[in-house]
Amino acid sequence: MSSVNLEVLLQTLISGVLLGGLYALIALGMTIIMGVMKIINLAHGELMMVGMYIAFVLFSWLHIDPYLSVFIAAPALFVLGVGLQKFLINPVMKVDAILPENQVILTVGIGMVLANLATIIFQSDYLQTPVSYATKAWYLTDLWKGAPLELSLSFPWSVSFTIAVLITACLWFFLAKTDTGKSIRATAQDLDAALLMGVNVERMRVITFGLGSALVGAAGCLFIPIYYIYPDIGGQFTLISFVITILGGLGSTVGAILGGLILGLFESLTATYIGMGWAPVGRFMIFVAVLIFIPGGVASLLRSRKFGK
Amino acid sequence: MKKYITYIVLGLLALLPLVGLNSYLMHILILVIMWSVIGMAWNLLSGYCGQVSFGHAAFFGVGAYTAGMLYSKLGISGWWGFPASVFVVALFALGIGYICLRLRGPYFALATLSMGVIFRIVAENLVGVTGGDLGIMIRERTWIDKTWYFYIILAVAGASFFLVRKVIESKLGYYFVAIREDQDAAESLGINTTKYKTIALILSAVITGFAGVFYTNYMGYIDPKVVFALHDISIITIMVVMVGGVATYWGPVVGAIIMVLLAEVIRSIPKLGTAHHTLFGVLLIVIIIFLPNGIVGDFSKLKRLFGMRRPAP
Repeated sequence: MSSVNLEVLLQTLISGVLLGGLYALIALGMTIIMGVMKIINLAHGELMMVGMYIAFVLFSWLHIDPYLSVFIAAPALFVLGVGLQKFLINPVMKVDAILPENQVILTVGIGMVLANLATIIFQSDYLQTPVSYATKAWYLTDLWKGAPLELSLSFPWSVSFTIAVLITACLWFFLAKTDTGKSIRATAQDLDAALLMGVNVERMRVITFGLGSALVGAAGCLFIPIYYIYPDIGGQFTLISFVITILGGLGSTVGAILGGLILGLFESLTATYIGMGWAPVGRFMIFVAVLIFIPGGVASLLRSRKFGK
Repeated sequence: MKKYITYIVLGLLALLPLVGLNSYLMHILILVIMWSVIGMAWNLLSGYCGQVSFGHAAFFGVGAYTAGMLYSKLGISGWWGFPASVFVVALFALGIGYICLRLRGPYFALATLSMGVIFRIVAENLVGVTGGDLGIMIRERTWIDKTWYFYIILAVAGASFFLVRKVIESKLGYYFVAIREDQDAAESLGINTTKYKTIALILSAVITGFAGVFYTNYMGYIDPKVVFALHDISIITIMVVMVGGVATYWGPVVGAIIMVLLAEVIRSIPKLGTAHHTLFGVLLIVIIIFLPNGIVGDFSKLKRLFGMRRPAP
């Protein structure tokens, strides 16, 4: 392999990992909602779109840096998520209907309304936040003069990735160490047992939905400096997060992180070596292959390893 | 009376073109009937068998492209799509079923959703086969007048209606409902659930494919964004049945009438046109919360609401 080819490969792998970190953050939100509520939130991508537009508005009106708007968008999305869960999804959970998938169809309705409202307010133009550091990058040759290879690391991508990792670490701390986090995990594991142990399941559901929305809203802010937005952007991210959750194993947080990284790498490789237009197909090829060969996802592989020892 | 209502409705519809409706009204009627066909197909799989599909656009699109490609590649009339689509769509449905029917409930729903998206992306990228984003244009239309199109789709609708009813009233239908109510219980009673779910999927897919074939011939132009559309095909299909009534014979028809008329009315109001998805979404939310079994399914509830019948003591 010539050094140019190697450079391209390494560069592809780097951008794959960076993309994967952000994907993992999006998928984490969906995973915890799926774990606790046992429903798929099909408005997930649309919630991310809302987060992106919040960051965009803050940037273009008040000139707040997209990375700082995480602190505004995430709480706003938390409130939105809590509201959706409390006033729309919870009532439907009690309704007796022929199809048990009513809640999923309900989230589709919510997603449609959100996307369409965004179209009405912002038109369907592609928007961007022209941040000053958008094209800034670190080059390997700047740090190491005699480097045999030239690799670059985009500044906004790496900041987004770092913040995503930080948020993930905070989430892990919250789920593992705090009482509320433990209650959420208990609810996800066994609803009835949690109820018997005195966990306020209703409240955990509301908090979880809010938390999931806040995570995806934060991810939206992180995507803003490196991506463009348009009102229908949500659908593709809903699908991405679903593919990651299937890949990682349903309801498994570790699986979601690994799944995000795998998907990011794979997509980046398809985009480089096969063609940009095929990257989404690669995504779904993974999805189909996982369903056929490892239906339990990466998490099931990890688990079987553990029991094997 | 009740026994003959289907024949009466079909007969009345068949007489309608003789009244001399203008071509816009005929177009609306054709759309209503086409959507009720798709709705009936979805209802068979999702309403009766309980496997909620979010990807019926995949089957619709495959049907549409079968007809379109017969025309563009082989140079024969797109109407041959009707016999050809049976095999093509059934084959695709078998493949999708093999992959997706391993999943249950909401996971199946999302898997089918992504199938619809995969089909769209593949159709967009396989430029050599499908013509990519340029789509397929049928250059010579079979009839200028809409009357024959109307009779063809009416025949398809009538056939689908009787097929669905026949299936549901047979042993197969009971299997489907058993699977919907409790898959594990059905399995333990000796029902081969995978087999019957696949049968439901294929039947549903083939009927949807017919609607797709008709669409190509009627509209004369298809492209991946139109026939594999997530919101404008898959989700509207679900809405047609949810609004009309899940697991009822007449639900899809009622739903199709409401949805097509609603779409036309909203589109004709200038300011509201862009907001039609909002209104559809709100309608979906309201229906799910207040009439979870649709207008036909919760008809007694509606009657009570409007004071036509006193509430049960």
